[in-house]
Amino acid sequence: MARLTINGTVQTLDVPPETSLLNALRDELGLTGTKYGCGLSQCGACTVHVNGDAVRACQTYVRDLGDARVTTIEGVSGPVADAVRAAWLEHDVAQCGYCQPGQIMQAIALLTRQPNPDDAAITAAMNGNLCRCGTYGRIRAAIRSAARMLSLATEGAEP
Amino acid sequence: MTAFIERRAARSGGIESPRFSRRTLLRSVAGAGAGLTLGLLLPSRGAEAAADAGEGPADARDGEPFAPNAFVRLAPDGTVTVICKHLEMGQGVYTGLCTLVAEELDAAWSQVRPEPAPADAARYNNLFWGPLQGTGGSTSLANAFEQMRRAGAVARAMLVTAAAQEWGVAPAEIETAEGVLRHPASDRSAPYGAMVERAAGLTVPDPDSVALKAPEQFRLIGKGDLRRPDAEARINGTAIFASDIRRPGMLVARVRRPPRFGAVLKTLDEDAAKSVPGVKAVLVLPRGVAVVAEKSWQADQARAALNITWDDSAALTVGTDAIRKQYRELAEQPGTVVRNDGDAAAALSDPEGRTLEATYEVPYLAHAPMEPPSAVAHLTDAGIEVWTGSQVPTMDVLTIAEAARVKPEAVTLHVTLAGGSFGRRANPAGDCVAEAAGIARGLLDRGIVAPVQLAWTREDDIRGGFYRPMALHRVSGALDPNGRPVAWRQRVVCQSVLKDTPFAPILGAPGIDPMAVEGVKDLPYAVPNVHADLHMPETGVPVLWWRSIGHSHTAFAVESFMDEMAHAAHVDPLVLRLDLLRDHPRALGVLMLVAEQAGWHAPMEGGRGRGLAVHESYGSVVATVAEVTVREQTIRVDRMVCAVDCGLPVNPDIIRAQVEGGTVFGLSATLRSRLTLDETGLVRQSNFHDFEVLRQASTPEIAVHIVPSTDPPSGIGEPAVPPVAPAVANAVFAATGRRLRSLPLRVPS
Repeated sequence: MARLTINGTVQTLDVPPETSLLNALRDELGLTGTKYGCGLSQCGACTVHVNGDAVRACQTYVRDLGDARVTTIEGVSGPVADAVRAAWLEHDVAQCGYCQPGQIMQAIALLTRQPNPDDAAITAAMNGNLCRCGTYGRIRAAIRSAARMLSLATEGAEP
Repeated sequence: MTAFIERRAARSGGIESPRFSRRTLLRSVAGAGAGLTLGLLLPSRGAEAAADAGEGPADARDGEPFAPNAFVRLAPDGTVTVICKHLEMGQGVYTGLCTLVAEELDAAWSQVRPEPAPADAARYNNLFWGPLQGTGGSTSLANAFEQMRRAGAVARAMLVTAAAQEWGVAPAEIETAEGVLRHPASDRSAPYGAMVERAAGLTVPDPDSVALKAPEQFRLIGKGDLRRPDAEARINGTAIFASDIRRPGMLVARVRRPPRFGAVLKTLDEDAAKSVPGVKAVLVLPRGVAVVAEKSWQADQARAALNITWDDSAALTVGTDAIRKQYRELAEQPGTVVRNDGDAAAALSDPEGRTLEATYEVPYLAHAPMEPPSAVAHLTDAGIEVWTGSQVPTMDVLTIAEAARVKPEAVTLHVTLAGGSFGRRANPAGDCVAEAAGIARGLLDRGIVAPVQLAWTREDDIRGGFYRPMALHRVSGALDPNGRPVAWRQRVVCQSVLKDTPFAPILGAPGIDPMAVEGVKDLPYAVPNVHADLHMPETGVPVLWWRSIGHSHTAFAVESFMDEMAHAAHVDPLVLRLDLLRDHPRALGVLMLVAEQAGWHAPMEGGRGRGLAVHESYGSVVATVAEVTVREQTIRVDRMVCAVDCGLPVNPDIIRAQVEGGTVFGLSATLRSRLTLDETGLVRQSNFHDFEVLRQASTPEIAVHIVPSTDPPSGIGEPAVPPVAPAVANAVFAATGRRLRSLPLRVPS
């Protein structure tokens, strides 16, 4: 039996410890927003947050998670997540949408650490997330928009 | 013709079974390029369409919905459901079909919801394809353009009639906008939902009797600000693809396929696999062995534990190097003549002129959609239900029926969203759905009644075959003493995609697959002597249409060679194209637009270059200018500027997205991807580390410019792909003086 903290809730799963987090999410918990694309950390479709860091769920194993906080596309929230989602809609980024949960989780992790990334930082953070529909340009534009929204919100919050 | 359609429809679970015995309303539509095709509109079928899909319309709970035809359903709460006959795989077709219906219905965009149509060739056929429901060839919006508008217009007319009756006024005095009916004279108004019940009781008018809007009345068509109606689900993880389907008691299957194409099972020792906990069955399939388990990781483990030997006696045991050698030898021999204008041979041997010759080669390519092929199948004594993202639902129904050994009428196919496709999910061999249905049959035969999900791994996908064919083009050209092109001879060596498929009857003259020579047979340039011929070798490698099919390689050869001709003639490549396309106004339009937007004549510094290509496919024309920087062996694409003429731009932002996406797809093939077989016939690549595709870091700025047009809409999913590779190769030549003629482009050291 494994105990995992997923989207703020402790879940007890009857899976072997070598089960991937991706399988645990999709097959045991029905959290299918996290996608399989390669199984080798080559495409980023399975990107989730572990203690706020973007990680590939396909190469993360239940045995290694301990008390770590796992956040998926279904559970991610907060001002950065809101800004990223709003920017994704503003730029109508998604085509098929299959890779987009991973792209969005990656982008949220980036903007959380680095609220105003330059182009090189965006490239470095997003280069592991593949999109065969070719939405890369809109992803970049949406991240810039989200960064602007966040900086406006921060300025507005200052006394 | 009608009888033929109904017969076919019945085979595919269509209109002859008792529950479909309804009054049908036939109308004929002149299909563009496909002769006379027939479309059927069945009154009051929308609600049943949803019921067929296994889920009663949610909007029916609060009262009876109003479904005036197979494409539109209105609920009392005002929701307008558009039943979409085409697969949404990212190309935005749901948005397009919803736009057409909402435009004529005068619905508010916010009240429109897309819903996938069930497999039914009678109601949901592609009007360009006759009795087949399908999405491909960039035909969706073009074939449905009038059909969906009429569907919306019929619904609007009935709502107006209902309001006129309710209010006791003349229908002509009623106005509609944003989902509201108004009678200005009496200052009355009502939302559509309020008239649904009354409208549902009216007689459905003949779709041809309702007036459609004139273009100047459009308020949705051509507007750039429509958000995709399903955009939110795609960013919050709730969009359901076939691989996300979860059914109660669902089992999971994996298939081990022979590593060589054409190999068959020799020996199977299943003991180790069966001893894996949770494993329910090991099943021999026509191509491979399936393991079925309760959990995906159990199925993975069991598949790895299968002890199998394969019989390679009928298998392909040579590599792509040997196939390429065979192609090069064939290129020395005349092929089947595809086109012959004037006397190219004579012009090419004129001692007064100049001749040049070049050979272009492209590799096999996997589609590699982000969601690998996937399907769920549930076979019971009552029939089989299948969930998959299918580009050819009614063809897949027949495939499923055969593999599950049931009648087509017993197949219910739920079309899900597809995580990309690019042609992969339009496989006449139906590989994934056939496997899923075969597995479901194997389970039922063993007394196991449960839904089963077959999800291919990325390795299964890359190594599973059905690739864009490898191709070779040998092109010769002659310039007269004034530098004018006077001869063009092109020999194509390419496997047939159509052969051995149910589409084979549309093969042209013997030995000619039109999809191998599209873009060559119809070479648009005004060259007086043109000769083209074709070899269609058999290789044993399964091939399939891949976004833009033949155009994906013919444009590379044609547009690269046109650049070579221009340089040989010391003429600007843009100027030469403008001259030789003088009778093609749409090509001229995109060329002028892209040249202006890209700043074609602006000088570039050392190591940088600009290249141009233009190509017509699927009724649309795209011109692309690539700007590259070449440093040592590295090609960096800095900017792509594209101009497109796809007729009336229904959804300008979706058009931009398709051109951006098609350009990225083309850049993957130009710079990164190739699929090769080693000398024993094993596929070398297996996943994204060795079957490389474009990533964020290599993606250039892409600018898209749309030519205003009032012509009927034409294709947009594919036409951006063909000009990419030649534009980049021509830019590399401009930057370096080196002509690269093989994809993916590699600068020799």
